[in-house]
Amino acid sequence: MNPILSVRNLEKRYGARIGCTGVSFDLYPGEVMGIVGESGSGKTTLLNCMAGGLVPDSGEVVFDMREGGPRDVLKLSEPRRRMLARTDWAFVHQNPRDGLRMGVSAGGNVGERLMSVGARNYGAIRAEAQDWLGRVEIADDRIDDRPRDFSGGMQQRLQIARNLVTGPRLAFMDEPTGGLDVSVQARLLDLIRGLVHDMGLSAIVVTHDLAVVRLLADRLMVMRQGRVVEQGLTDQVLDDPQDAYTQLLVSSVLQV
Amino acid sequence: MSGYNFAYLDEDTKRMIRRAILKGLAVPGYQVPFASREMPMPYGWGTGGVQVSAAVLVPEDVMKVIDQGADDTTNAVSIRAFFQKTAQVAVTEATGEATLIQTRHRIPERPLTEDQILVYQVPIPEPLRFLEPRETETRKMHALAEYGLMHVKLYEDIARHGEIATSYAYPVKVADRYVMDPSPIPKFDNPKLESAAIQLFGAGREQRIYALPPWTPAVSLDFEDHPFEARKAPGCCGICGAEDSYLDEVILDDAGGRMFVCSDTDYCRSRVAAAEDAA
Repeated sequence: MNPILSVRNLEKRYGARIGCTGVSFDLYPGEVMGIVGESGSGKTTLLNCMAGGLVPDSGEVVFDMREGGPRDVLKLSEPRRRMLARTDWAFVHQNPRDGLRMGVSAGGNVGERLMSVGARNYGAIRAEAQDWLGRVEIADDRIDDRPRDFSGGMQQRLQIARNLVTGPRLAFMDEPTGGLDVSVQARLLDLIRGLVHDMGLSAIVVTHDLAVVRLLADRLMVMRQGRVVEQGLTDQVLDDPQDAYTQLLVSSVLQV
Repeated sequence: MSGYNFAYLDEDTKRMIRRAILKGLAVPGYQVPFASREMPMPYGWGTGGVQVSAAVLVPEDVMKVIDQGADDTTNAVSIRAFFQKTAQVAVTEATGEATLIQTRHRIPERPLTEDQILVYQVPIPEPLRFLEPRETETRKMHALAEYGLMHVKLYEDIARHGEIATSYAYPVKVADRYVMDPSPIPKFDNPKLESAAIQLFGAGREQRIYALPPWTPAVSLDFEDHPFEARKAPGCCGICGAEDSYLDEVILDDAGGRMFVCSDTDYCRSRVAAAEDAA
């Protein structure tokens, strides 16, 4: 089986300071990988370098395209990369405001990707949007409400629906549960886990919350000061951390 | 009158504007930046249209200026007087006699011909402006022909109002490439964009010029199940009885009295004159 995404020696510097460096890994279809680390450890920089939000200084991000097989996305032309970003990729922002159009109704938000790939039948777009709102547990009668009237948890679920409507194969998630209270977090995690499983989605989840990766991720990568200090199966890394920093991280979690 | 160059602008400026116009004609619907000048009128009063008119005007031209279809409103009268004073060109109110027509928010009812030029005053040339506020991003979207967002606006219309409620400045796709804002003309006029005349669009404050060469296809965006519909107020003109022209509502008194009349005053007047001749 070919990896869906393979990253080789990715490096991004901010002047003399390191954003992330020497990052290499393979992600296989249907696999969820967690990236954890403290604030400033380069998690989000790494995610943005892969998803196209930042241009890395060196390295390769090879994606297994639907047509054409594995290609270095950093060398793709801009129209193709943008097309990829709205068809085969999904990006879930930490703050739903960054990923949603706050002035556009929920249905319009979900339908935007469909329209951007050429859907021109209002009835079909609306039916698809309705279906997706149902899948992320947003009530039918909220389809014409704007996201600004939604709660934080609903906004986050709407953002997920908006991203998954074109049936992407790879999702980038930046702290998808950040800023939500624990019960809402639990439901969202449940939802994401279900969707990832049903769609056979591969995902890269950046978080500082170890409970999130325990539930979602098959594999785990621990970052510190822009470098990967440890990677392996999630349970293995969390239950038997080898690196000193990982040990500190795992032992820092508050027990209730 | 001495002291002014012909048609107010200096020759270098006119040349710069003509270059932008030629580029606009070569790439229909593309917004060409140009170095818009200060004009002796406020922004929003047609500074873009006036500059385009000044650049294409020749002494032999017969000029007509309309504002919302009418020849006798403030904007039309003052711009007409401006060119009479600075270019001493002949002016007319008859659409058929004019060689250059500057318009604000209407296309004349009478079909235009190949030897006419129609100049539009454009307040906001960017059709994506209220959907995507970043100019860098909208330029990229035009460059890559990513126009899905335009349909999001139409989707919102239908979701909220049950139909496409956008009734003016209705976006069109030009020559199957650029999406263009036809300036705030009523969508009733959209089918008339495919015309024999050269159509030039000038936005003074936004410093953009764009153009439609004769007979360029301009397709109004829509959904398969909610097709574009050119619409006007129902009924006929209260003066000339025309059923096929765009109507303005005129309030007659404060007791609810009203009538609908042609917005194109020249069209209305010529129909009344023709009816009198026939009688």
